[in-house]
Amino acid sequence: MTTGTAETTATEGMTASQAALEAVFDAAVAADERIEPRDWMPDAYRAGLVRQIAQHAHSEIIGMQPEANWITRAPSLRRKAILMAKVQDEAGHGLYLYSAAETLGTSRDELLDKLHSGRQKYSSIFNYPTLTWADVGAIGWLVDGAAITNQVPLCRCSYGPYARAMVRVCKEESFHQRQGYEALLALSRGTEAQHAMAQDAVDRWWWPSLMMFGPPDDESTHSAQAMAWKIKRHSNDELRQRFVDIAAPQAESLGLTLPDPDLKWNEERGHYDFGPIDWDEFWNVLKGNGPCNEQRLSKRRKAHEDGAWVREAAAAYAGKHDGRHGNDNHGRDDAHGRHDEQHTHTHGEAGA
Amino acid sequence: MTTDGWPLWEVFVRSRRGLSHTHAGSLHAPDAEMALRNARDLYTRRMEGVSIWVVPSTAITASSPDEKDPFFEPSADKPYRHPTFYEIPDGVKHL
Ligand SMILES: [Fe+2]
Ligand SMILES: [Fe+2]
Repeated sequence: MTTGTAETTATEGMTASQAALEAVFDAAVAADERIEPRDWMPDAYRAGLVRQIAQHAHSEIIGMQPEANWITRAPSLRRKAILMAKVQDEAGHGLYLYSAAETLGTSRDELLDKLHSGRQKYSSIFNYPTLTWADVGAIGWLVDGAAITNQVPLCRCSYGPYARAMVRVCKEESFHQRQGYEALLALSRGTEAQHAMAQDAVDRWWWPSLMMFGPPDDESTHSAQAMAWKIKRHSNDELRQRFVDIAAPQAESLGLTLPDPDLKWNEERGHYDFGPIDWDEFWNVLKGNGPCNEQRLSKRRKAHEDGAWVREAAAAYAGKHDGRHGNDNHGRDDAHGRHDEQHTHTHGEAGA
Repeated sequence: MTTDGWPLWEVFVRSRRGLSHTHAGSLHAPDAEMALRNARDLYTRRMEGVSIWVVPSTAITASSPDEKDPFFEPSADKPYRHPTFYEIPDGVKHL
């Protein structure tokens, strides 16, 4: 479904009260107020958010795989502890985001189902392999770096729960990027072979990192509407440029080069110019033909299936002890019956 | 088997002594004990809290989402509840 179609349908069938609701919504967005879960919102706004937040959540948990691949082979106990903490953070990011999506009326199970059956996507960056230890450094610096550039403006996204999840995520991301940079720096300043390994990793991760910002503005299907609704605050190309401007001098400090002969400072623009991106590669990986698409998805499905007995056991245990925790009423009397209409529901952010 | 049967819990975290618990987010867990453990792993990985409450989401009774709801009206027309409502001559101190 495109947002355009949904909007047309909504307008045609709109009643007076719907128009009034839409006016309230538009005014809130225009005034830079946040939309909260129980507010009225256009169907296409809701659907667009679910699509974006789900894809973001999936990316966080699929993104655990390429790095987890190196946990058992980290070069020191220090690096191993750091990497475990980072991968655990990514699991946390996934959970914050699934919770945010659930406030829109979907469920985590439904979203996982769509991920496992390939009906929803995750960032194509995670379909590339981590061939050496240096890849862990390159991912932290470039992939988390690009993610931060994308996520910082999302902290001001018009949908409250998504914005709040992003604030939490962004606080944690900065350690991710710094540990990657530090790991790469150690290699870059190490032996000749270590330096070469760091350079090779950067050579492989640079272009896919630039693709993380999504297709160019004139080809991006969802961008214009998302910007109008203040879900997105900056265009794909704007954010990509911002990232290049930040990363280019960082590469120099690392003593490494970026694999782009056209990369150079443009005094006039006040930005770095950079070479053309191979969008055929991007679309091809997105369609499922990247080096690791198959592997990532089957590993995710297997992890889910392997965990089934744990979930079943936990549910059975909870069922057995239900009487103990379930229904005792410790609530104070004055907390009840203040409002005739009781709003209880199961999608989170109840009173927000 | 899915986690569909797992209830949703709202998590409240006291970041340090002297402050009240604040809503941090939500999570799924089969029972209260697991909810607490999951909340610790999810919301306090960096010493963000010294105390956690978990509450079944269904146990929360919320006011209507509309902020202009008549429910809140009793407080809207009583500016005299605010100190700035009162005019005090210049020069009067500590008031
Ligand atoms: Fe993350
Ligand atoms: Fe990260």
